[in-house]
Amino acid sequence: MQVGTELSDGTDTQEQDQDQPQALSELAVEAGEPLLELLNGFMAELRAVGIPASLTESLDAMEAVKHIPITQRDSFKYALAATLVKNQAHWQAFETAFEVYFSLRGDEYAITDDDLTTADSDTGEAESPAEGQGGAAGAALSPEELAEMLYRALLQGDNSMMRTAAREAVRRYAGMEPGRPVGGTYYLYRTLRNLDLEGVLERLMAVEQDSSGEVTDADDFNLRLRRDDYELRIAELKHQIESEIRRRLVADRGVEAMAKTLRRPLPSDIDFMHASREEMTSLRKAIYPLTRKLAARLVRKRRQGRTGPLDFRSTVRHSLAYGGVPAEPKFRHKRPHKPDIMVIADVSGSVAAFARFTLHLVYAISSQFSKVRSFVFIDGLDEVTNFFEGSDDIAEAVHRVNTEADVVWVDGHSDYGHALGVFRDNYFDGIGPRTTVLILGDARNNYHAPQSWIVKAMQDKARQVFWLNPEPRSYWDTGDSIVGEYAPYCDGVFEVRNLRQLEAFVNRLV
Amino acid sequence: MPESSSVPSSVTASDSDSVSYSSKSSDSHGRFSSVEELQHQLSEVDYLCDPGLAGVVYLADRLGKPMLVEGPAGTGKTQLAKSVAEITGSRLIRLQCYEGLDEAKALYEWNYKKQLLRIQTERQVDASWDDVSDDIFSDEFLLTRPLLEAITAEDPIVLLIDEVDRVEVETEALLLEVLSEYQVSIPELGTIKARQVPLVFLTSNNTRELSEALKRRCLYLHIDYPSMEREKQIVLAKVPDITENLASQVSQVVRSIRRLELKKAPSVSETLDWALTLVLLGVSHIDAEIAADTVNILLKYQSDIAKANKELTSVDGLSP
Repeated sequence: MQVGTELSDGTDTQEQDQDQPQALSELAVEAGEPLLELLNGFMAELRAVGIPASLTESLDAMEAVKHIPITQRDSFKYALAATLVKNQAHWQAFETAFEVYFSLRGDEYAITDDDLTTADSDTGEAESPAEGQGGAAGAALSPEELAEMLYRALLQGDNSMMRTAAREAVRRYAGMEPGRPVGGTYYLYRTLRNLDLEGVLERLMAVEQDSSGEVTDADDFNLRLRRDDYELRIAELKHQIESEIRRRLVADRGVEAMAKTLRRPLPSDIDFMHASREEMTSLRKAIYPLTRKLAARLVRKRRQGRTGPLDFRSTVRHSLAYGGVPAEPKFRHKRPHKPDIMVIADVSGSVAAFARFTLHLVYAISSQFSKVRSFVFIDGLDEVTNFFEGSDDIAEAVHRVNTEADVVWVDGHSDYGHALGVFRDNYFDGIGPRTTVLILGDARNNYHAPQSWIVKAMQDKARQVFWLNPEPRSYWDTGDSIVGEYAPYCDGVFEVRNLRQLEAFVNRLV
Repeated sequence: MPESSSVPSSVTASDSDSVSYSSKSSDSHGRFSSVEELQHQLSEVDYLCDPGLAGVVYLADRLGKPMLVEGPAGTGKTQLAKSVAEITGSRLIRLQCYEGLDEAKALYEWNYKKQLLRIQTERQVDASWDDVSDDIFSDEFLLTRPLLEAITAEDPIVLLIDEVDRVEVETEALLLEVLSEYQVSIPELGTIKARQVPLVFLTSNNTRELSEALKRRCLYLHIDYPSMEREKQIVLAKVPDITENLASQVSQVVRSIRRLELKKAPSVSETLDWALTLVLLGVSHIDAEIAADTVNILLKYQSDIAKANKELTSVDGLSP
């Protein structure tokens, strides 16, 4: 019944008493100590990242690895994921942790003998820096040969060749030194700079365009398809290089230390203001399912909500089924309250990303509101509602907001006072008793006049005024931040730094 | 659903009795000998998958746990359950979830009309109260619904609980007992335990977060769009008379389209529709014009179609 090679001793475990923590150690005996220790550390790491892996699930994972040997790396990974990670958004975090903890194991990573000598045994020690007359087999390749190998691997999409090339490239260019306290990104940058992948892509495309003379299929369309091909292969290569670097770092510094350095927040915890480009992409990906879920939930909530007054006609009609006894009272549906929304967003520098995501979210669920109007400002202010109404592609609209809206008045530094003044002069009539005003921004006013009386006037006229601030609460009212000046006139001031908080706020709003 | 007599007659009417046919016996585990074997078997019924996916199915069988399958629409979540049923020679019992699904539709229901008839017949013979009440709550008057049926069946079963994200959070609780213990408790009858541990698949389109309790009881699998090579194989397997060349072009174009930021990316079934259309049109080679003419089979939103047409004719790669 058992397949595991390293773990196959011991008898089949029956039901474990799942409430007993000792159960873990009982399983340990059967699973083999080193693996257990590794798994334990791995699960601790998952929890540290924020993946909620419960005790029951850990036990499942222990049980699972008895059936799938660690040598079948892919299946092994999926087996762990199936038992521990129950949310697709957590997959990336899981994968990173998995690579750190299991990168020195498994078939794939022990490719050939001579590869081993360079890659595994002397990782850390015999690695010579970038100039590299590095020790073993791979050193026979000159930089030109390596570039050629890389080029051919990409051209043919040959995975094993790509892996070898990646390994060789790291060995040669990354210049990794044992014990040096540099992050993986530094080595990655060094390696990539030397490989000039952009250039390789151009070269690949040039070949395509040349051959187009003979073959008929080289119109723009097909060239585009090829380009996608190559781009994906290059992305794959980068990924390989990255994991190779990671693997060596792990060998050098040990698993726990690396796991800690590589730990990244889950998409819903990424801070809007400090997101890297990569994190931005994963944020953008995360917001689609989020809006969909939110919309579905809001509709459902509305449908389930308490019903309105008695519907006499309907009750009488249904009473016919019971011989005229009104046994089943029917109620009218309550008219759903749909607020007007006015979003006034600061789109300067660091808070721009936050404004973008909030606008995105608000428009994605705009069917929940009777009307949405949006304004963006830096020191001037402009209405951007029609950008969103004209197109049904929100990403496109947000792009237009960034490029076309007229938001600069003097110098392009935030001036809340003036922006609010413009709003007061031009758009104040738009606020009615059913309007909810959302102001997005960090209230870093560059020491201009706050004009907080305008916010007060808004509050008097509107149903509610909320202020969303993407800065951590502890930074408020430090330096040129003047949230405190506006706060008394708002019905609520919220810290919204990540998707989780944004979602919670929108939920509250509707 | 027709009245079923599949509840075995050994079920007694006493309340406390828990009827156990056989404990979770080991014969229900081990339907597949190895991951490779399973993957191979699946491919024989034209379900092509990665070793990772096969590994999770294998594990679900070995651990006797239900499997929660999530992923975008049209990536073969439901088909996975069907294919597994086919290769194991099991009967597929399907519970389609929807808002408002309740106990009576999912688990079991008492056949009120029949009970009423029974009581009326009883009137003439003057039977005692106990006799009647014992009688009308026996399995004769029980209507099995999919979950109970899956548990009481004697033949091998694959239970598919489709689109479980459509039921309300409260209704999810209905499933928990079945999923973790493979048993159903009926207050009047006692607990009915499964004769065999069925393979259970739950699918979800991820329109809401499922409850922790449900997730904890399941193995989780996310099925994403297949890789280009895999999709090509799927096209070759599912579309008759397609040339290898066309199949690889189809998968290439679809892969490129999926890279764009679209409202709805093309699903595998839409890829197959497109490939079939191209074959029927007698196309042997896709160029920009043909792609533009037929892309409405892949994409269902006007803005998506416009975007794809614009993007795919620009050589400069993905615009950021």
